[in-house]
Amino acid sequence: MHFDELIGHLGQHTVDGLSKGAIYALIALGYTLVYGVLRLINFAHSEVFMVGTFAVLILWNQLGVENNPPIGQAILFLVLGLLVAAVASGGTALALERIAYRPLRRKNAPPLIFLITAIGLSLVFVELFGQVLPKLLGGVLPAAFGRPRQIVGMPTIIEQKTLFTIGNTAITNIQLIVLIAAVAMMALLDWFINRTRYGRGVRAVAQNPETAALMGVNQERVIMLIFVLGGIMAGAAALLWSMRFGFTQNSIGFVLGLKAFTAAVLGGIGNLRGALLGGLFLGIVEVYGATLFASNWEDVIAFVVLIVVLMFRPTGLLGESLGRARA
Amino acid sequence: MIDKIRSADRRRVGMLTAVGDRWRALPRWQQGIGLVAFLAILYYLPLLGIPGLTWLRTDSIEGGNNWAGVLFVCAIYVLVAIGLNVVVGLAGLLDLGYIGFFAIGAYSVALFGSVNSPVVKWIQQEFDLPPTWAVTWAICLFIAIVLTMISGVLLGWPTLRLRGDYLAIVTLGFGEIIRIVARNATGLTNGPVGISAIPGPEGAPSADNKVFGLIDAKPWYWLAITFVLIMVFLVRRLEHSRVGRAWLAVREDEDAAAVMGVYPFKFKLWAFAIGAALGGLSGFLFGSRNAFIDPTQFNANLSILFVAMVVVGGSGNMIGVSLGAVLLAYLPERFRDFADYRWLVFGLAMVLVMILRPQGLIPSRRRARELKDRAAEAEEVPAHV
Repeated sequence: MHFDELIGHLGQHTVDGLSKGAIYALIALGYTLVYGVLRLINFAHSEVFMVGTFAVLILWNQLGVENNPPIGQAILFLVLGLLVAAVASGGTALALERIAYRPLRRKNAPPLIFLITAIGLSLVFVELFGQVLPKLLGGVLPAAFGRPRQIVGMPTIIEQKTLFTIGNTAITNIQLIVLIAAVAMMALLDWFINRTRYGRGVRAVAQNPETAALMGVNQERVIMLIFVLGGIMAGAAALLWSMRFGFTQNSIGFVLGLKAFTAAVLGGIGNLRGALLGGLFLGIVEVYGATLFASNWEDVIAFVVLIVVLMFRPTGLLGESLGRARA
Repeated sequence: MIDKIRSADRRRVGMLTAVGDRWRALPRWQQGIGLVAFLAILYYLPLLGIPGLTWLRTDSIEGGNNWAGVLFVCAIYVLVAIGLNVVVGLAGLLDLGYIGFFAIGAYSVALFGSVNSPVVKWIQQEFDLPPTWAVTWAICLFIAIVLTMISGVLLGWPTLRLRGDYLAIVTLGFGEIIRIVARNATGLTNGPVGISAIPGPEGAPSADNKVFGLIDAKPWYWLAITFVLIMVFLVRRLEHSRVGRAWLAVREDEDAAAVMGVYPFKFKLWAFAIGAALGGLSGFLFGSRNAFIDPTQFNANLSILFVAMVVVGGSGNMIGVSLGAVLLAYLPERFRDFADYRWLVFGLAMVLVMILRPQGLIPSRRRARELKDRAAEAEEVPAHV
């Protein structure tokens, strides 16, 4: 136990945790949106994120991005990366819905069948990017698919620099960008769900699908919309991940997805603001825990948090329900 | 295309049911002869040398694995499938962390049976025992089963009250926790270094072992298949007992079962404990045959593979899940070209089976009826999501 280390650098660990949790929170939104409307755990959402990171990687490689480009170019690369990742991830999420979930919904399949399908899909995507695409595209895109299941590095778009220090807490530019970008994306989504016509449709279907249908809300369209929205958020997370960690692999989705799901449950699944809170909270708990014990126990901490939350407060910190997020 | 698959599938199921009905219509003595013949084939399999059938052997291709070794893996996977079938097929609880129990079984025999394990070394020191002392194999078997049952109850006690899909995710976390503990708790498990010299029925592996050696896998296969047959018999008895009926009732409608005086939590916990014990037994055999284990042998993908065996084969039907296990273990070994793509194929198989035939290749008749009922309900209430 390293209490002194934790207390001595409490501020630093909190900032590290927040910037880590921001990425969890963005991915958690995908779980929460789908769960809020369909009451279904989209287990394959972690792969939606993974596809996004590969999209960013391929884009930057094709553009020939070098390490530490000038600031104007860096912003351009980031914006383009966001667009491409959002399209790739949103498209993947939509494809999952159309190909796999819709036929099951027609048959009123039990929830476990959805979950097993989602697990199968997740496996298919992991293998597609780890085994099939390297065989097919290894020659064309050697940087992304040179060897099966490889870890691929990405160019550094923004060099990590300490912006300012408060006490002994150093805040880097990347941490700040990740945090601000994630909160901005979430604010945008929150506004979309709570203030727009389409958002009202989503809330209506989440509250009561039959009544919403009677009131003229096109349910299938709402379902497609939430998958795309979740995908876009995962795409944003993928861009931030690529900028901050600078690598990807076909299997990064698994653990990250589980943590994002934990974040969603922690905040109250189906609750958008809950996902933000849960993500940030989980990020902090994880960094504190890793400091207290040792960093190789980090993954255990997330799972223990999940089990404890489900045991004692299965509705999460802010409570479930997308429909009642804001009247 | 999809319609073609559907109608071919319907013909196949028709044939299966016809075969099943004819089997049940046979007189008792003919069934007996059939069973004996089947058992004889099972025990003869590792020697397989009938001309025209030798292509089945995995060592008939270049670089193929030892045939009896592959059969042994098939047998312990069948054991896993039977255990997981109790949890998933009979009680209707999706367990995505089954590898955790498998690992606990394997680590039980390693930690208590091997002279290289920190646990045995500690006992030797505390009780002034000679450095060659270790717990005998048969007692390790007992320890493995007790430990896995206890861990099944410990996992189930807090989590079985959760809704089904939450339970699945929590068990997935459990499987990962076990693997990470095995990797990080070096004082207990030797961590990533692993544990060697795990004993077999004749004691620690050495050149003097006459039957259960490291090279010849045939005796190991015969041992495993014997365990499989005993467990098939026991689980069958259980399935048709009061407990088995309670499981079905809880799976089909938990509230109705509770009203009828079946306490769902108790029976779910039993299913968990029994399933865990079977997984532990399988892991025990795996560790014992391998003589060496380390944490990388127990990763989460295997949990998914186990679930795939059950749902592709036909959850709830013991023949179905056994077939699923054999197919998923055998095919990548025999058809090496596709071995690289096996996980892709397993994933696709899961998705296709769930969309086209959620009751699995060889369905349990009751399970098929349940799903049909739900589909009919869906047509009555089209507005429902």
